[in-house]
Amino acid sequence: MTYQLETAQHPENLRRVAIDPVSRVEGHGKVTILLDDQNKVHQVRLHIVEFRGFEKFIQGRPYWEVPVMVQRLCGICPVSHHLAASKALDVIVGAKKLTATAEKMRRLMHYGQMLQSHALHFFHLCSPDLLFGFDSDVTKRNIVGVAMAHPETAKRGVLLRKFGQEVIRVTAGKRVHGTGAIPGGVNKALTIAERDELLKDIYHIVQWSRDAVQLIQKVHTQDPGLYNSFGIFRSNFMSIVGNNGDLDFYHGTLRARDDNGKIIFDHVDYQHYNQYIEEEVRAWSYMKFPYFKSLGKDHGWYKVGPLARVQNCNQISTPFAEHERKEFVDYAGGSPMHAPLAYHWTRMIEMLHAAEVIKELLHDDDLLGSDLVVEGERQMEGVGVIEAPRGTLFHHYQVDENDLITMANLIVSTTNNNQAMNEAIRHVARRYLHGHEVTEGLLNHIEVAIRAFDPCLSCATHALGKMPLEVELVDPEGRVVHSLSRS
Amino acid sequence: MSHTFTLDGKVIPFTEGQTIIQAASAAGVFIPHLCYHPEFKAHGSCKLCTVKVNGRHTASCTMRAAPGMVVESETEEINAERRALTQMLFVEGNHFCPSCEKSGNCQLQATAYHLGMMSPHYDHFFPNRAVDASHPEVLLDFNRCILCSLCVRASRDVDGKNVFGLSGRGIKTHLIVNAKSGQLADTDFSLADKAAQVCPVGVILKKRRGFAVPIGERKYDQAPISQTADTTEGR
Repeated sequence: MTYQLETAQHPENLRRVAIDPVSRVEGHGKVTILLDDQNKVHQVRLHIVEFRGFEKFIQGRPYWEVPVMVQRLCGICPVSHHLAASKALDVIVGAKKLTATAEKMRRLMHYGQMLQSHALHFFHLCSPDLLFGFDSDVTKRNIVGVAMAHPETAKRGVLLRKFGQEVIRVTAGKRVHGTGAIPGGVNKALTIAERDELLKDIYHIVQWSRDAVQLIQKVHTQDPGLYNSFGIFRSNFMSIVGNNGDLDFYHGTLRARDDNGKIIFDHVDYQHYNQYIEEEVRAWSYMKFPYFKSLGKDHGWYKVGPLARVQNCNQISTPFAEHERKEFVDYAGGSPMHAPLAYHWTRMIEMLHAAEVIKELLHDDDLLGSDLVVEGERQMEGVGVIEAPRGTLFHHYQVDENDLITMANLIVSTTNNNQAMNEAIRHVARRYLHGHEVTEGLLNHIEVAIRAFDPCLSCATHALGKMPLEVELVDPEGRVVHSLSRS
Repeated sequence: MSHTFTLDGKVIPFTEGQTIIQAASAAGVFIPHLCYHPEFKAHGSCKLCTVKVNGRHTASCTMRAAPGMVVESETEEINAERRALTQMLFVEGNHFCPSCEKSGNCQLQATAYHLGMMSPHYDHFFPNRAVDASHPEVLLDFNRCILCSLCVRASRDVDGKNVFGLSGRGIKTHLIVNAKSGQLADTDFSLADKAAQVCPVGVILKKRRGFAVPIGERKYDQAPISQTADTTEGR
């Protein structure tokens, strides 16, 4: 299918505007826009321009090395990759059920990461747009500008992230790229001193998270004309949900809904994810385009992440976050909210939930236990799925009889949102750029739409030898003189 | 009769037949080294233990101590040379500390820290070396081999098995497994062998142990190599 504005029918003589790099996102990407003489938009694409190759170069490595190696995909949410890989390898080593200490240590690590990643995104990357306006003075539209104008908000952003990083440090050994999870369990429990140190701060972390929800709710509801429609598109959505349909970032079964909220599939064991999800490659991006097999390429694409999760679950297990979820659902009016800027609101609800779960866990003595690892009958294949800050993350490995990895497939959260992000920026381009003189402020609107998804572009590209490649030779008038393609 | 020499101005006693590094170690003074191990005959190949004796370079693991020697070790000049040797070892193999399970327990890494190595400095060779995972209990990752030959000596001199050898010459020197297939599974190697315990880097690894020791509890998390290289090497 050719999506509207994905490919211009006649690219010759069109003017090319590039946003390169897209700023205040994780990783490197660019947006290209093709405009005609009247500034009418003919093509908009989000390109992922970096290339990683992890799926290939972990082949031939011993499986127990993988959770530590693959987390290097990312410096922002390495814990997600660390844990998704560990969960896949739990299956390989036959660890059907982890010990209570291991499961809760991993959960604590993961919720610490959710807290720090969401805080980083909201306060550091997006608050300049939300507090100052999308086309405000570019010299102040950054975290330094926020620190000058709203010092308390900026300070809380820094301290919320710091707390999340501390949770990661005591569970994984380091704030970034630790080693806490191993196949079948964890390599350490919490010490009483570590627990008590975190307990000192967790109560005001919960309160600050509540305040952050209030802040974004106020920003959103004060300007519904903008926030409910900016970059809007309708799509399916997916996440894992825990027991009883609870919001759960660490473990559960796959659930997908259509744009009206009707269930497409539910209670799906993620070991069988590839019976439900397929990935398409397109010549102009290193990032693949996943879709639900049952609906096909044209209608099966979907979104993931906070906006999907908060609307996909039945309820949230912690009281403050559940209250905020209900407020959000009420505001949405009984049907799914699809506005990309609502990602921010739901992201803060999730941050609050993460803080509340951390508080609960810190009062659980299982974290201080000594029973760390289990194993069982060795398997040759395993899938691990986790809800990373940016959405559902799949790690799938096959291991030979000598313990070496023979196959790896990763579907990274941002990859799941590939089509969704492209749709959002095309909507913004049509609404704001079409027929107008292009300015920095207008181009920032495109970036605002991308940032709403909190994409991690460095995570999202890793397949080697699978990308089709298209090279075009273009003359000074923009006419394609020659093209080569590899599919 | 007691003999002494000076090492960086400190008086070091020694007994007849002791090498400089043996005497220094007995006196609690650290001299960086990789191929030297107190339980094996000195090999003198890595040159990390090079010192200056009366103004001339020599390997302290092979040079016998003599009365009145003036030995220099922790000088800027010698440490710069040791650092360059270490950097060459890093670029000659594939040493990816971030994902190596030996990280924190690795003598090469600890030595690099000791010498203040901030980068590999030289262009990487990125050699294409296979992993031998054929043995049920032990993995061989040749990517990290620094050709110290400790496994060769341990297998031959202690285990009496001759499982390992160095083959090739010069830059093409490489570690081999003494079996027709070249695979460890086709030897009588055992996890209990001395050769399984002596690798200073991450070549000979007990399978499925991985990252079981948390960060903070690994050998060189506790103290730098200059304080932990005791007479048994602590491996």
